[in-house]
Amino acid sequence: MSKLPLDKWVENIVDALETGLKPLFHVISLIIEGIVNGIANTFHWLPALVFIVLAAALGYYLGKWKFAAFTAVGLLLIDNLGLWEHTIDTLALVLTSAILSIVIGVPLGIGSAQSDRVRGIVTPLLDFMQTMPAFVYLIPAVTFFGLGVVPGVIASVIFAVPPTIRLTNLGIRQVPEDLVEAADAFGSTSRQKLFKLQIPLAMPSIMTGINQTIMLSLSMVVIASMIGAQGVGADVYGAVTQIKTGEGFEAGLAIVVLAIVLDRMTQNIVRKNRRGSNV
Amino acid sequence: MAIIEVNQVTKVFGNDPESILRLMDDGWNKEKIYRERKHTVGVNNVSFSVNAGEIFVIMGLSGSGKSTLVRMLNRLIEPTRGSISIHGKDIVKMNKEGLIKVRQKQISMVFQKFALFPHRTVAENVEYGLEVQGVDKAVRRKKAIESLTLVGLGDYADSLPSQLSGGMQQRVGLARALANDPDILLMDEAFSALDPLIRKEMQDELLELQDKMKKTIIFITHDLDEALRIGDRILLMKDGSVVQVGTPEEVMMNPANEYVERFVEDVDLSKVLTAASVMRRPETITLDRGPRVALQLMRESGISNLFVVDRGRRLMGVITAEDASAAVREGKTLADIVIHDVAVVDKDKLLYQLFDICSTSKHPVAVVNSNNRLMGVIVRGAVLGALAGNPDQRADQPAEPIAALTEGVSANV
Repeated sequence: MSKLPLDKWVENIVDALETGLKPLFHVISLIIEGIVNGIANTFHWLPALVFIVLAAALGYYLGKWKFAAFTAVGLLLIDNLGLWEHTIDTLALVLTSAILSIVIGVPLGIGSAQSDRVRGIVTPLLDFMQTMPAFVYLIPAVTFFGLGVVPGVIASVIFAVPPTIRLTNLGIRQVPEDLVEAADAFGSTSRQKLFKLQIPLAMPSIMTGINQTIMLSLSMVVIASMIGAQGVGADVYGAVTQIKTGEGFEAGLAIVVLAIVLDRMTQNIVRKNRRGSNV
Repeated sequence: MAIIEVNQVTKVFGNDPESILRLMDDGWNKEKIYRERKHTVGVNNVSFSVNAGEIFVIMGLSGSGKSTLVRMLNRLIEPTRGSISIHGKDIVKMNKEGLIKVRQKQISMVFQKFALFPHRTVAENVEYGLEVQGVDKAVRRKKAIESLTLVGLGDYADSLPSQLSGGMQQRVGLARALANDPDILLMDEAFSALDPLIRKEMQDELLELQDKMKKTIIFITHDLDEALRIGDRILLMKDGSVVQVGTPEEVMMNPANEYVERFVEDVDLSKVLTAASVMRRPETITLDRGPRVALQLMRESGISNLFVVDRGRRLMGVITAEDASAAVREGKTLADIVIHDVAVVDKDKLLYQLFDICSTSKHPVAVVNSNNRLMGVIVRGAVLGALAGNPDQRADQPAEPIAALTEGVSANV
């Protein structure tokens, strides 16, 4: 039996999409570029020291002085290593992916929580997105959006959005049945029930999903650099291709510092929420 | 006047409940339906009506369908068949908007596990029902505080539910249900999660509140003592069907079948039966008679004392045979020998409240109504006899003691 021409089919579909939806891709591209550039320009405009002080202050507000100190020392180290500009580029890429993931993921999660049919469609898609090797998305992403930061963001979002969807769905489904019943018994509309009860109670779970999403998009920065996204990911990739162990370590360390700071910040938002709401 | 009318309501859980209805009409029972079709009959053809202002207790063991039944009254669970009228409107046929209105304005619910929203303060919880109606923030806060004050938690408005004890949390649950001033209160095992002492306290408080508010309360419980204590009427359920409906006393004294009998046999009768149910017809005399008549009356009935009443049958005192014969010898009148210090109890007192008074009183205890009219007497032993289940110790017609007593008077005098 001859091989199924699956590759041809996929290529045909991609070609058809490329020609058919060109204006749409163009608009998406403009939006993403706008967000990335907005964030990057703002952060580049701030002097590194001011940025570090602000980040440390936020760290102190969300956690303790220990976390604030780590944030300050870590970011100063990055600045000292001369990786500041590239780290900011990476941060802009990661934050853009995170924002898009929240905008796409939270409503999809709510949808899957409220309808078993939606969940039935979404879940296998998520499985596919998470297990298909990330490099594979890069190919159509480049076809649709060209080289640069935009396909990097797209690939990151595809790879990173599943936890937000899954944990939003889970958080809402885990709201105790008797509370949902109580909300119904007092004559809430579905909308009131969602905004007054289910989302507030699912918030810790949703935030955990967002935290995971940010971590996953950070892990995509090196891959994204292969298609032209700027940032420390590109430094790592460059060091690999030129076998420069020391430079590779420095750039890798910057990613680690960024990861730890972002992780602790989002986790502490969860904890602060939880304390406030006493869930 | 019936405020809720439940008519032949059935609930079948499963994939195709409609097909099961046909099988039920063909006489399939619950077990067969479960065994062969894997559908569960939760509630089976139940009809009853609830009067405005009464506490209607639905009682049954777990799995009897009582929680399913109460959830159909506000359609948290959709009935498979039947009609449920509230104020004459069938809520089963109502559309979504109509149903939401009914839930907002007419029916509130109190839950077994309190079901307070953990992310909202006590006051915000109580406000919830008004909030979803779009009531102004200041107004609903004011109503919430009023409602909280009613249940004695006015000072806890800004606490979080998790900071309160179980009993207090359920008071919040009750305040939340009362805040939008519904006609009907559904209480689903509302006190079952509380420890026994707190549970009793809450029962008392509910009765007290009910005295002021005159809501219609549907109270679900698996605890017969609780049902007997607070229910004006009790509906007993088993396997989704109604076994008996009646007042606590009817259920106790005339169990509809063996099931109810087994249920009630362990009940503490002293907390169900009232003074009126153990009193006997009193032998009485008025003051214008002489001591000789009194002695004669006592001799005829074989008793050693007589209650003295006025023309309106209001209790004046008691005379003993000993004093009467002394009065005959010394030429005194009845007025000279009346003992005014008589133990008196209200006809609605429960038996356990009578033990003390019966054991310390020298004379039979007089049972009076609220106008001090003599309704009957409780002789020594009558209370114990009633607790032992001896029906001879009870008045012949406890439901109509006045008529019975009036006849007795004309025969006596």
